[in-house]
Amino acid sequence: MLASEEYRDIEEKIQRGERLTREDGVRLFHCSDIAWLGAMADMVRKRKCGDIVYYNVNCHVNLTNICTSHCKFCAFGRDCNEKGAYEMTKEQALALVAEAMHDPNLAGLHVVSGLHPTWSFDHYLGIVKAIHETYPQLYMKGFTGVEITHFAQISGLSVEEVLIRLRDEGGLQAIAGGGAEILADRVRDELCPNKATADEWLEVARTAHKLGIKSNASMLYGHIETLEERVDHLLRLRDLQDETGGFQTFICFPFLPKNTELGQSVKQTSVWDDLRTMAISRLMLDNFTNIKAYWVMLTVPVAQVALGFGANDIDGTVHKETILHDAGATSPTALSEDNIIRIIREAGRIPAACDCNFNILRTFD
Amino acid sequence: MDKTKMARAKVEAGERLTLADALALYQDNDLLFLARYARRMKEQKSGKKVFYTVNRHINLTNICSANCPLCAFQVKEGDKRGFVLETDDVARILSGAKELKNLSEIHIVSALHPDKDFAYYKDIVRQVRAALPEADVKAFTPVEIVNFAKISGKSILEVLTELKEAGLDSLPGGGAEILSDRVREIICPKKATTAEWLEVMRTAHKLGIRTNASIMYGHVETIEERLQHLFTLRDLQDETNGFQAFMLFPFHPEHTELGEERGLKRAGSWEDMKMLALSRLILDNFDHIKAFWIMLTMPIAQLALGFGADDLDGTIGEEKIIHAAGAKTNTGITRADLEKFIRETGYEPVQRDTFYREVQD
Repeated sequence: MLASEEYRDIEEKIQRGERLTREDGVRLFHCSDIAWLGAMADMVRKRKCGDIVYYNVNCHVNLTNICTSHCKFCAFGRDCNEKGAYEMTKEQALALVAEAMHDPNLAGLHVVSGLHPTWSFDHYLGIVKAIHETYPQLYMKGFTGVEITHFAQISGLSVEEVLIRLRDEGGLQAIAGGGAEILADRVRDELCPNKATADEWLEVARTAHKLGIKSNASMLYGHIETLEERVDHLLRLRDLQDETGGFQTFICFPFLPKNTELGQSVKQTSVWDDLRTMAISRLMLDNFTNIKAYWVMLTVPVAQVALGFGANDIDGTVHKETILHDAGATSPTALSEDNIIRIIREAGRIPAACDCNFNILRTFD
Repeated sequence: MDKTKMARAKVEAGERLTLADALALYQDNDLLFLARYARRMKEQKSGKKVFYTVNRHINLTNICSANCPLCAFQVKEGDKRGFVLETDDVARILSGAKELKNLSEIHIVSALHPDKDFAYYKDIVRQVRAALPEADVKAFTPVEIVNFAKISGKSILEVLTELKEAGLDSLPGGGAEILSDRVREIICPKKATTAEWLEVMRTAHKLGIRTNASIMYGHVETIEERLQHLFTLRDLQDETNGFQAFMLFPFHPEHTELGEERGLKRAGSWEDMKMLALSRLILDNFDHIKAFWIMLTMPIAQLALGFGADDLDGTIGEEKIIHAAGAKTNTGITRADLEKFIRETGYEPVQRDTFYREVQD
């Protein structure tokens, strides 16, 4: 390999499969040799999960954009009376899924919503339950650690009780990875003080994993966080994964500034930053099997190249994405399965449609 | 040793590749392997420098007698979208260009107009030369040069000699497409053949006119034809050493006859980066590989700097040809933005003229 002398020690560690330290992670963020970073991450990816690339044929369901959080990085949340605010009724949610069911390969749902000021936990649960009872064949992935924390707060139930009810009554099979942002209270106090703290977010994941419910993890980067905070974020996830083993995939979310409060002072990340962050995440998260290149945020061309930078998961067809398109995402709002398969194949990899727990439904050799 | 291992070993050792090596590497599809060594070769050739130029594109006309199925720019005579720039129009563009700080190049590429004679084109070169004595005139692809020879009854040597006398400094690299007559019969049957394209370049180089070279891939060519194209260019470069930069054009199928008839899809960014890195490795006698940001989009062009490119082309005003084929990039970019993109990659932005001489502020 071709590491400059400066990174030879890290390259050797990676080749031996040795765990990288916080200091290593910070150094990697100062390495401008993106091709070397990519090659390292690609080597680890190949060793760990071979040539399969996972995707879902899924539909995103965002029940409401009315939200009490007012996170500064969000372009989706609205106040009750604000222009563009919406809340779906049970019937509307069912109609959305019915429409998505026109795709005979639809495997499941991704349900993520705002923290509505007057909806009770039972109201959210009622909608999910209705969907699950109408379409029991669809997998149900949904609710971030932020929403679960909110449900516990408004219902007086414990996080564990909320999770059990969502699982037993709503058919919940896996928890979405969002809401982690940067797991550092300095950052959260400034950007999203009204929602789950870092510890609360981690506690939801820990509790879910103990109950046997798998979850995803994520990082929203490219706003006010330092590079050290990015590394610390990855390490907090790695520590919890050591403890529980319940995380399935990790998703890097570059901050999309358009239409957000923060966007006035922060510019969008470059592809260079996106791909090095992807590669470093793969290298630091040595106990995660899957790393997702979320095309909605990265754009399709960047997500495809990201398959060479450690990613082995390209998310799904999505059906109709709204949260990030409010923030100016320039990607399409859905991708056909044919397109996803073509993108994966061009990268020389094997497409595999999977459910929300990475069980393979179909592969294409 | 199997073919792939052998090819990889040659790349690692920095040895010259054969077509068989290139095919093995293409099939191997190890993008990051190619990237790492392409980047090494880039650094051997140009160190930490990444070049760009402040230039202005002029497309004199889109009315074309070649009607290539691959093209979304050309229209037939009588089409209401057709335009031809006359002396006054060009004068207006040039007076605008004069205002650009550090302008170092005028880039002129046009359709093969059915009625305009060679004198018209020569006069334009004289006009640019007179209006902007400091700027380099990079004009006319070999396809246009062959057309000038045909319409004027002059030889390629005579055409190039006269253009040089009028003030032409260099030729752009377009019109190469895929240098295979089987492919050209399908995608551009009425324009310069493989032999003619190469002959123009050879003649230009002999006259001391430096040129670029290019490839347009992702349509009807086979992978072997695509890679052979690179070796054809490498052979001519061995002979003349007149090529400066090589650039890659992924085929944009939107709004083209070829794309519509054959249901072609734009190659993915994986393919773009792979072709870029492979080209850098194969074209070991080319100094520069250009990532033409207007085709790739700026984010992907930035990424290209990690895959062997060392030139981002120019801050361009009013590019029309590629945008007619549905390119979604802006038609211009500021110097400050371009420099920021370059610095972020750990490289150093260098403003150049046509001949890669550094331009000082």
